[in-house]
Amino acid sequence: MLVCDSLCDSSEQRSMTKKLLTDEELDRQLVLLTQAGLPLVTQPYHALAEQLGESPARIQQRFQHMLDTGRIRRIAAVPNHYKLGFTQNGMSVWQVPDEKVKALGQKIGALDFVSHCYHRPKHPPHWNYNLFAMVHGRDRAETDQQVEMISQMLGEDDLGHDVLFSTRILKKTGLRISQSAKKS
Amino acid sequence: MHHVDKAIINQLQDGIAVCDNPYLDIANQLGVSEDEILVRIQRMLDDGRLSRFGPMFHAERMGGGLTLAAMSIPENEFDAVVEKVNSFPEVAHNYERNHRLNMWFVLATETPEGVADTIKKIEFSTGYPVYNMPKQEEFYVGLRFTL
Repeated sequence: MLVCDSLCDSSEQRSMTKKLLTDEELDRQLVLLTQAGLPLVTQPYHALAEQLGESPARIQQRFQHMLDTGRIRRIAAVPNHYKLGFTQNGMSVWQVPDEKVKALGQKIGALDFVSHCYHRPKHPPHWNYNLFAMVHGRDRAETDQQVEMISQMLGEDDLGHDVLFSTRILKKTGLRISQSAKKS
Repeated sequence: MHHVDKAIINQLQDGIAVCDNPYLDIANQLGVSEDEILVRIQRMLDDGRLSRFGPMFHAERMGGGLTLAAMSIPENEFDAVVEKVNSFPEVAHNYERNHRLNMWFVLATETPEGVADTIKKIEFSTGYPVYNMPKQEEFYVGLRFTL
């Protein structure tokens, strides 16, 4: 039996006792360790490697793999729109003919002021919009202009639209998975 | 805002490469030390100019479930319902919006099946219907704020 007193640091303890992690298990650990953010040290992958008792090369290889397969979009900074002066963040929603959603969505999604563009289901009669495009501006005039531009692009395919502005942030924690959750 | 902070925001939105010293490139470009870059990122996280810095996970491709959902809640019950909805750890973001559907939240679950499950629980807990609006197709995700 391995005895490890408090003088052992945790990474040492882990490297002495750990069994080899599969790629899948390691990826999961990496998600847990970085979902709050990448360590802010000059060599973040070395820091993660040390924490997990793995080699920095393997850690980097796993991140690169997750990037290549699209499970990680990118390793990047997410600016806070509000704090940076983009106080008007409008969710513009559009009713367009179902058979044209794809073509129109691609067109609207290509606009540089649109951050997210999705086809989503209607819930008639409560909700008749099937195309969502988030627009961002420094003031309402700017977002009004953006919405007008989208409307003109859609032309007769704009069967109705609305713009929903957030009036309050009720929660913003980002996506989290919990430590206790299933180990697959 | 300090020009180095602006440059950091502008550049780090696009993402950094996976390498031994990922901050070295930007530090060299801006003629400052890696440590200064790190201190500035930390400061911008602390004062809220950055919401986050790190890997941006694609929930569905990680095997999880993700959806946007909306509810229509009477004014006088709104705060009580917010409390109930926010108590679910699966609720990642929640916004009040100026529409009859006045509460809009993102659900992120461990498994794809977790979405329907959580919606049922929220409906049971609040007594109001939840309109599930999962994306059927994604045309673009990303945005550059050029400062």
